Amino acid sequence: MILSGWGRYPVLDAAVHAPRSFAELREDVRAAQSVIARGNGRAYGDSAINTAATIKTQHLNRMLAFDPDIGQLIAEPGVLLGDIIAAFLSRGWFLAVAPGTKFVSLGGAIAADVHGKNHHKDGSFRTCVDWVDVMDAQGAVTRCSALENPVLFDHTLGGMGLTGVITRAAIRLRPVESAWMVQTTQPAANLEAAMDLFEANPDASYSVAWIDCLATGSTKGRSLVTLGEHARLTDLPEDRARAAFDVPDNRTWAVPFDAPGFALNKVTARAFNALYYRRGSRKSGQQITNWDSFFFPLDAILHWNRIYGRKGFAQFQCVLPLAASYAGLSALLSAISKAEVGAFLAVLKRFGPQTSAFSFPMEGYTLALDFPVNARTLRLLSELDRITLDHGGRFYLAKDARMSADVFAASDKRIEAFRAERQGNGWQNSFASAQSRRLNL
Amino acid sequence: MTKSPVLILGARSDIGKATAHAFAALGHPVQLAARNADTLKADQSDMVLRHNVAVSLHEFDVLDLATHAAFVDGLPEMPDVAICVVGLMGEQSQNEQDLDAAVRVMRSNYEGPAHILAEFANRFEVRGSGTLVGVSSVAGERGRATNYVYGSAKAGFSAFLSGLRNRLAGKGVHVVTVLPGFVETKMTEGMDLPAPLTTTPDHVAQALVDAVERKVNIIYIKRTWRYIMMIIRAIPESIFKTRKI
Ligand SMILES: Cc1cc2nc3c(=O)[nH]c(=O)nc-3n(C[C@H](O)[C@H](O)[C@H](O)COP(=O)(O)OP(=O)(O)OC[C@H]3O[C@@H](n4cnc5c(N)ncnc54)[C@H](O)[C@@H]3O)c2cc1C
Ligand SMILES: NC(=O)c1ccc[n+]([C@@H]2O[C@H](COP(=O)([O-])OP(=O)(O)OC[C@H]3O[C@@H](n4cnc5c(N)ncnc54)[C@H](OP(=O)(O)O)[C@@H]3O)[C@@H](O)[C@H]2O)c1
Repeated sequence: MILSGWGRYPVLDAAVHAPRSFAELREDVRAAQSVIARGNGRAYGDSAINTAATIKTQHLNRMLAFDPDIGQLIAEPGVLLGDIIAAFLSRGWFLAVAPGTKFVSLGGAIAADVHGKNHHKDGSFRTCVDWVDVMDAQGAVTRCSALENPVLFDHTLGGMGLTGVITRAAIRLRPVESAWMVQTTQPAANLEAAMDLFEANPDASYSVAWIDCLATGSTKGRSLVTLGEHARLTDLPEDRARAAFDVPDNRTWAVPFDAPGFALNKVTARAFNALYYRRGSRKSGQQITNWDSFFFPLDAILHWNRIYGRKGFAQFQCVLPLAASYAGLSALLSAISKAEVGAFLAVLKRFGPQTSAFSFPMEGYTLALDFPVNARTLRLLSELDRITLDHGGRFYLAKDARMSADVFAASDKRIEAFRAERQGNGWQNSFASAQSRRLNL
Repeated sequence: MTKSPVLILGARSDIGKATAHAFAALGHPVQLAARNADTLKADQSDMVLRHNVAVSLHEFDVLDLATHAAFVDGLPEMPDVAICVVGLMGEQSQNEQDLDAAVRVMRSNYEGPAHILAEFANRFEVRGSGTLVGVSSVAGERGRATNYVYGSAKAGFSAFLSGLRNRLAGKGVHVVTVLPGFVETKMTEGMDLPAPLTTTPDHVAQALVDAVERKVNIIYIKRTWRYIMMIIRAIPESIFKTRKI
């Protein structure tokens, strides 16, 4: 079966299994020489593809138990985060950590140890995970948590499926009073102003910036910084507060076919960016918005990855340590605007402290942006790699499709230990993806 | 207001599960009937958690005709809608040589489903209300070399449903015949299905719910199938028999 990630690059032909029961899953894992689990395919590159055996969790998607006293949900790995919201928001519960799309599976969220707009305050997904069941190559399942089998736990969170197949997990949801968000958007004239806004608002529950990476000179890094809070009943007009979980259905529409490759060139991207900035500046100030538009604005356009045309696109996401963030971001933005490749979406986010064996976040700033795939952008991406390395940063595997093993090895001191752990526990031969092979993990 | 219960016979199938979810999402309690029903416990808790409705499990074998009456009477509540999703495709090549296997396919797609729906039909008729749904197949519209054992049984089932509908039309009981073309399920896994003619269990479920609510008689899933089958039925037998279709 032909498989690719969300970026539709690279495209590989893989043997795919989609077990419908735990027993079938065990057979699939035991039968193959090496496997990788695949959730909803939202990682951008080749993290969830093993040409010999890719095991999809789409049918293992049952919610098993919920304890309303502590907000704990036990579920199978194929459950989508969006399903959890659909089932529990009306009862007053939301995800503790939400990535930028709700079409992510629970297994994928754990394996990538995803982060949300609240990382600076609440940390990554692991902070809401009570325990995880992981299946090894023999089909045996081990439960792990921060206290029980902590090594397996620490390496599974952020381990990108390379420690085994997650078969079940218990996570904590967060209580909320409504389905609405109080959102404040402030324009920042340049990178420094944007970072100042992040630093001035450490207590905001959520913060994120859209950054115009084509602006240059004194406007380099101009941004729209959005802060958000879950709306309390007292924040809402009376009629809304009476039905605080009723939000009108978000209208979604699909990008129906592959847009021609020229639809997104340098000119259209620049126009888009300028417009977005101006419109955002005018609308700045406080707004009440529904959870879906606040957390998942891109989900309103299903299959938006097709606007990049058939060749697909690559995402770049790095994090830079706090002290080097300004210099590093500045250098990255210069390289991007100079290359004139038409980056479409760029997001800037402040991360809080994090300790973990192999998860992506570290305290500092993360920058994420998309590029259509072509020779020129691939060259630019290599340059961005180098700038990131020069500033002590590292890369998000869930977004990577093309990094070289050398760059990766230079980016992260933890790699040796992770590799050793994979060898020592017999994971290395049994759990592998096209990405882990490319990066020599 | 509490909604009326919906029974799914063959609830482990992908189409059965999707149908149960679709009714539960509308607030209907659901009764899941299948062989080895206790293996559906995870699905039961899932439906309860997602949809906040009552979900019960019931042991059911469509081939065990002698148990059918007791099965119906043993249900905690007589359902308003009884849906039979049970089916067995088998391997055509095996069905040609191993006639016991062929008979099993015939019984699983026709005799068993017709028998259980007849039990419900009689009770619904007395009650004067209810909806019966049979999931048949476009394969029953014309026998083809590649799957006529399965197809003939589905043909029998479709004819049975149409007769039942005729009989009960004035009695407050409605009968829906569901005719899927290709659906991505366990039954068709690994087959190379033409994408434009293939649909998902969720789509089948949505169409089925809609047909029950609007009292539609016969639904093709993916409307193109209606026209494809019209053409296939219109081909003269003298030509049809020499072609691979
Ligand atoms: C529009 C968009 C926005 C995004 N925004 C964010 C964001 O804000 N923050 C963020 O952190 N990420 C973000 N992501 C990335 C996304 O959250 C991750 O890639 C996530 O892992 C995708 O989950 P998935 O279920 O699609 O997994 P897949 O893409 O199928 O797999 C991803 C990884 O998880 C592993 N995996 C999946 N299931 C299991 C399992 N059961 N057991 C073991 N390993 C498993 C796979 O092996 C693979 O390594 C975004 C992605 C998109 C497309
Ligand atoms: N998939 C398609 O393309 C397609 C097209 C047209 C029509 N259909 C029809 O749609 C229906 C659902 O099929 P599906 O595609 O979802 O495939 P499926 O998963 O194979 O479903 C068939 C179901 O029938 C059940 N069953 C078989 N024999 C039984 C018995 N003796 N007693 C009780 N249950 C029995 C099976 O139960 P177990 O789980 O216990 O095995 C299974 O759940 C079938 O009637 C099929 O003919 C399917």
